[in-house]
Amino acid sequence: MNRVAFAALLSHWRHRPLQLATLILGIALATALWSGVQAINAEARASYTRAASILEQNGLAQLLARDGNPIPITVFAKLRRAGWNVSPVIEGDYRFGPARIRLIGIDPLTMPTEGRAIAMSSSPDVVTFIGGQGLLVVSPATAARLKDLTSVPVKVSGDIPDDAAFTDISVADRLLEKGGALSRIVIGPSQRPGLPALADVAPELALQSAGDRPDMARLTDSFHLNLTAFGFLAFVVGLFIVYSATGLSFEQRRATFRTLRSVGISLRSLTAMLIAETLLFAFIAGLFGVVIGYFLASALLPGVAATLSGLYGASVPGSLSLRPEWWLAGMAMALAGTMLSSVQSLWQVRHMPILAAAQPRAWARASAMALRLQSLLGVALLMVAAALAFGGSGLLSGFAVLGSLLLGAALLLPAFLSGALQLAESRSRKAMTVWFWADTRLQLPGLSLALMALLLALAANVGVGTMVSSFRLTFLGWLDQRLAAELYITARSEAEAARLREWLPQHSNAVLPIWNTEGKVLGEQMQIFGVADDRTYRDHWPLLMGTPDVWGQVEKGEGALVNEQLWRSRHIRTGQTITLPEGWAVKVAGVYSDYGNPKGQVIVGLDALVRRYPTIAKLRYGIRVDPSAAPALKREIAEAFGLPDSNIIEQASLKRRSQAVFEQTFAVTGALNVLTLAVAGFAMFTSLLTLSGSRLPQLAPVWAMGVRRRDLAVLEVVRTLALWLATFLVAIPVGLALAWVLLAIVNVEAFGWRLPMMIFPADWLRLAAVALLAALASVFIPVRRLAIVNPADLLRVFANER
Amino acid sequence: MSVRKVIAIVLALLAAGDPGRAHAQGFAGLGSDAQNFSVPERGRELVFPLDHGPHDDFRIEWWYVTANLQTADGRPLGVQWTLFRSALAPGEGRNWSNPQIWIGHAAVTTADRHYVAERLGRGGVGQAGVIIDPFEAWIDDWQMKAVSGASGDQLDEIELRASGENFDYEIMLDAQGPLVLQGDRGYSVKSAQGQASYYYSQPFYEVHGTVTLDGSQIKVTGKAWLDREWSSQPLAASQVGWDWFSLHLASGEKVMAFRLRDGAGDFISANWISADGKSTPLPSKDVILEPLREAHVEGKSIPVEWRVRIPDKGLDVRTKPLNDQAWMKTSTPYWEGPLSFQGTTAGVGYLEMTGY
Repeated sequence: MNRVAFAALLSHWRHRPLQLATLILGIALATALWSGVQAINAEARASYTRAASILEQNGLAQLLARDGNPIPITVFAKLRRAGWNVSPVIEGDYRFGPARIRLIGIDPLTMPTEGRAIAMSSSPDVVTFIGGQGLLVVSPATAARLKDLTSVPVKVSGDIPDDAAFTDISVADRLLEKGGALSRIVIGPSQRPGLPALADVAPELALQSAGDRPDMARLTDSFHLNLTAFGFLAFVVGLFIVYSATGLSFEQRRATFRTLRSVGISLRSLTAMLIAETLLFAFIAGLFGVVIGYFLASALLPGVAATLSGLYGASVPGSLSLRPEWWLAGMAMALAGTMLSSVQSLWQVRHMPILAAAQPRAWARASAMALRLQSLLGVALLMVAAALAFGGSGLLSGFAVLGSLLLGAALLLPAFLSGALQLAESRSRKAMTVWFWADTRLQLPGLSLALMALLLALAANVGVGTMVSSFRLTFLGWLDQRLAAELYITARSEAEAARLREWLPQHSNAVLPIWNTEGKVLGEQMQIFGVADDRTYRDHWPLLMGTPDVWGQVEKGEGALVNEQLWRSRHIRTGQTITLPEGWAVKVAGVYSDYGNPKGQVIVGLDALVRRYPTIAKLRYGIRVDPSAAPALKREIAEAFGLPDSNIIEQASLKRRSQAVFEQTFAVTGALNVLTLAVAGFAMFTSLLTLSGSRLPQLAPVWAMGVRRRDLAVLEVVRTLALWLATFLVAIPVGLALAWVLLAIVNVEAFGWRLPMMIFPADWLRLAAVALLAALASVFIPVRRLAIVNPADLLRVFANER
Repeated sequence: MSVRKVIAIVLALLAAGDPGRAHAQGFAGLGSDAQNFSVPERGRELVFPLDHGPHDDFRIEWWYVTANLQTADGRPLGVQWTLFRSALAPGEGRNWSNPQIWIGHAAVTTADRHYVAERLGRGGVGQAGVIIDPFEAWIDDWQMKAVSGASGDQLDEIELRASGENFDYEIMLDAQGPLVLQGDRGYSVKSAQGQASYYYSQPFYEVHGTVTLDGSQIKVTGKAWLDREWSSQPLAASQVGWDWFSLHLASGEKVMAFRLRDGAGDFISANWISADGKSTPLPSKDVILEPLREAHVEGKSIPVEWRVRIPDKGLDVRTKPLNDQAWMKTSTPYWEGPLSFQGTTAGVGYLEMTGY
C-alpha cells in the first residue's frame, strides 16, 4: 500500500520534468558552490599544515630565544653537553637573483627523523648534504626557478613546498651570514631521563610546544573566511531555488495528498514519505553538487593559489585532492539545506484539513501578516548591522555586519516593493494600469524570494566590484609613488655590489640602496629596511601620517617608519618608542601604506641600519635616471658586469608584474561573483516558471474582458522588468553599504589596511545590462507559454474549481 | 687493532661523493684515496700528550675503550666507549662549516642483553671534540676525562661516562702500566700495499665504577683497554673487513691480533705485550686465527667462536663470546663484544668484527 502511495507521490515529477530538473539543479548548484569553496579551503589548510610540519618541524617542540634574537652557538653546545637531544636550525630568506627562497638549514647529524623532511638513509646521502658545496633540496617548481641562478647543486624532492630549500646548516649559515647563530632549536621526541631543567641550562630560551597552529594558517584566516562567506551566500541563494521548487511541488500535489489521506494513508506515513522523497532528492542532487563542486574548485584553485601567494606569500599547490572533510560537509549541507527549505511546506501538509480546498484569500491575508513580521526583522537586522559597524571590532564582527546588512536589506525588500507598487497603483488612472499594479502586488509573495536572491547577488556584485575597483585605483597610484626608481638591480655577490657602488654614481642621477635585515619587532618576525637620504623618498614615499620632520628624523637614525599593517594591529602612536632587534630603541616618526604585504615592516635610516647591523647583505639598489635613458643604462650595466637580465629590472616591468599579481588576486572574487549572479538568475527563472503555472486564474478574467493574449504576455514582461528595476535600484545603495563595510571594516581586519572608497557608476550599468539579460531570459519561457496558451485552458478556469 | 674500528661509520662518511663506487673502496670507504689528507709516515715519533689530541689533517681517528668487567656476585659484563672523528676535508672551518664529524658509540653487554647507543655531531661548535690539557674527549653528555690532580700521563687516570636507552655507566680507569706503541713504534701497517695508521694503546687499566641497567645500579670492577688510532687511508681497496682481538692473559701479558680479510689473501698482524709493557710485533705467519662456530646475528652468519694460536709463545686458546648477539646497531653496523678464553692459558678480552 505504502509503495503504491509513494509511487503516486513520485509520479508528480514524471509529469513535470522541468520542475524536477529545477529542484535537482537548485540543490546541486547550492551544494556545488559551497563544497567547492570548502574544497579550496581544505586544500589550502592542508598545505599550510604540511608546510609547517616540513619547513618548521612544528610536529616537534622547539626552543626560541626569549628576546627574539638569534641563539648563540654556545647555547646549543651547552644544551647538548647537558644531555638534551636538540638540533639547531638556521633559516631565513635568501635571494638567488630575482628568486626569493626560504632557506632552512638543518643539521642532519642531530635532527630527529621527524624533522628532516627528506630521507637521508645512507651515509653518502648525508655526506653529499653536508660536504662539498652543499646541496639545496627543493620542489620541482623551485628547481626550475633556481635554474642558472646558483652554483650550489640542487636536488629535487616532491615533499618540499615551493619557494623553500632545505640545506645543510653550514650552507644556510654561509649564505645568510649568521655567523653561526641559530634561528631556533628543535627538541627531539626522545630524551634521556633526569635531564637538567631548561631554566638551569639556558634560561634565555623559551619552550614552544609541538603542534602550534601554523603562522600561515593564522595569516590567511581572513582570506578563507572571505571565501567561506562567499560560498555561504551562494548556498543561501541556491536554497531559495530549492524552497520555491519544493513549495510549488507541494502546492500542486494538494489534490494527491487529499486523495491519499482519503484512502486511508495516515498523516504520519504521508509525512514520512514526503521526508523520504525530499531526502532522496537531496542525496542525489547533493552527489551531483559535490562532483560539480570538485570541478569548480579545480577550476578556481589555480587562481586561489595565485591569490594566496600574491597576498601572503603562501604556497598552495594548484591541484586538488579529494578530501573527505569537504565532500562529507557538502553532502551534509545539501541534506540540511533541502530539509530546511522544505520545513514550511511539510508543516502545511501536516495541518492541511483533509477535505478543504485551497483558500487563496486567506493565504494572502496570512502573507500580509508574514510580510509585516519579516519587515520588522529586517529593520532589526539593519540596526544590528549599524550597531556592530560602529561598536564592534574584529573580523567576525565585520562579517556579522555584512551578514545582517545583506539579510536585513533582503527581508525589507518585499515591503519596499509592495509600498512602491501601492504608490504606483494610487497614482494610476486607467483601469488597465491599476489592474497591472494590483496584480503585480498580488504576485509579490510568490516572487519575493527570487527577488531577494536577486537583490543579494546584485548587492554583492556592486559591493565587491566597488571594493575591487577602489583597491585597484589606490594600488596603482601607490605603485606609481612607491616604484620611483627607474631601474632595480641585484648584485650576485658583495664584491660585485661594491664595484656597482663605485660604477653606478657616474652613470646615473642617484643610487638608492635597498638593504634590509629581518628580526623580531614587538614579538613578530618582520623586515627592517634602510632608506638613503634622497629626495626620491621625500617626494614619493606614500606616508599616511608623520611628524613634521619625519624624514630628517629617519635619516638621523632617531626615527623609524612603520607600515600601516603594523601601525593598526599594534595600535602604535607616532612618537612612541619601539625596540628593534639587538635592543635598538627608536621613535615611530611616521606611517606608510604598504599594500599587498601581509606582515609588519619597519623603515629606518640607511646609515643607522648599517651601523647597527653591519653584516646585512648589500646587494640591491634602485637607480634614478632619466626614464628615457633607463633601457640604455640597463644594457650598459649588463655589459659592464655581465649581470643576467633577471638581476636588472625596469620599473615598467616591475609595475606590470605587480599589477598582474593584483588582477590574479581578485580573479577568484570575480568568478564567484559571476557564479552567484548566475544562481540568482536561475532562482528568478524558476520562480517565474512556478508562478506562470498558477497565473491562469488571474489572467482568464482579463482575457475574457477582451485583452489579447499577446498583450497579456507583453504586460508580463513589463511586470518582470519593473520588479527587476526596482530590485536593482535597491541593490545599489545596499551594495555601496556593503563596499563600505568591506573597505572600512573587513579589509582593515583582514589585511591591515584601509582604502578610500570610490564610486564607479559605469560598472553598475554593465551589471544592469547583465542582470537585465538574465531577467529577460528568465521571463522568456513562461511568457512564450502564455502567448500561445490554448483559449480552452483559459475558459476552463471558469468551469473548474481549482 | 688497527683498522678495526675503523668503524665504519665514520667511514662511511668518508666515502665522500660517489656512493656507487663505495663498495670498491674497502669497508665503509676506508680504502678511498687519501686525497688532500696527510698520510702516516714510518719513523715519526709519537709525542704525548700532544698525540692524545685530534689530528685534523688525517681523515679518521678514534678514542676507543673496551672493558671486561664483573659484578660483585661475579657475573661478567662488557662496556664499550668510542669516539670517532671523521673529516670530510682536512683542517678546521668556521662555525658550522667545520668539516670534522664526531661519532660516539657506547655499549654494555651482558650474557643476555646488548645495549647500544650512538651520537653524532659536528666539530667546531662545542658539541663534540677532544682537548689535551686537561685531557677531555666528549660528545654531548658522554665523556672521557682525565681525573684532575693525577700525575704522569694524561691518560693514566680517566673517568668514562655514557648513556643510552635503558643504560648508563660511569667508570674510573686507572692505568697499571705504560702506553704501548703498536706496529713499528706506533706505525701500524694494514696491507701488503703499505696502507698504515698511527696506533698506540693503553691495555693496563684497572676499572671500578657503576653501570645502571634498566634502572638498577650495579657496582663493577675489571680491566679495560684503550686504543688510539688515526690515519687517512688505512685499508687497501680490496679489503672488505676485519676481525680484531684484544686479550688480557692471566699472566698479566696482553695480546693484540687482527686479520684484514681480502679476497686476494688475508693480512694478519699481532703484538705480544709483556706485563711491564714491552711490545713484540709478531710476523704474520706466526699467528693463526681460525673461526670455530658461526652464530646467526641480524640475518647474517658471524663467526663468534675462534681458536687463536701463537705457537712461538705457546698460546693456543678457544674464545667464547659473552653474548652471541653483540651487534652494534649503529649507522654502520658491526659486531663487538666481550669474550673469555681457555686453553694453554685463560682470560678475557674483546672481539670486533666488521664487514660481514
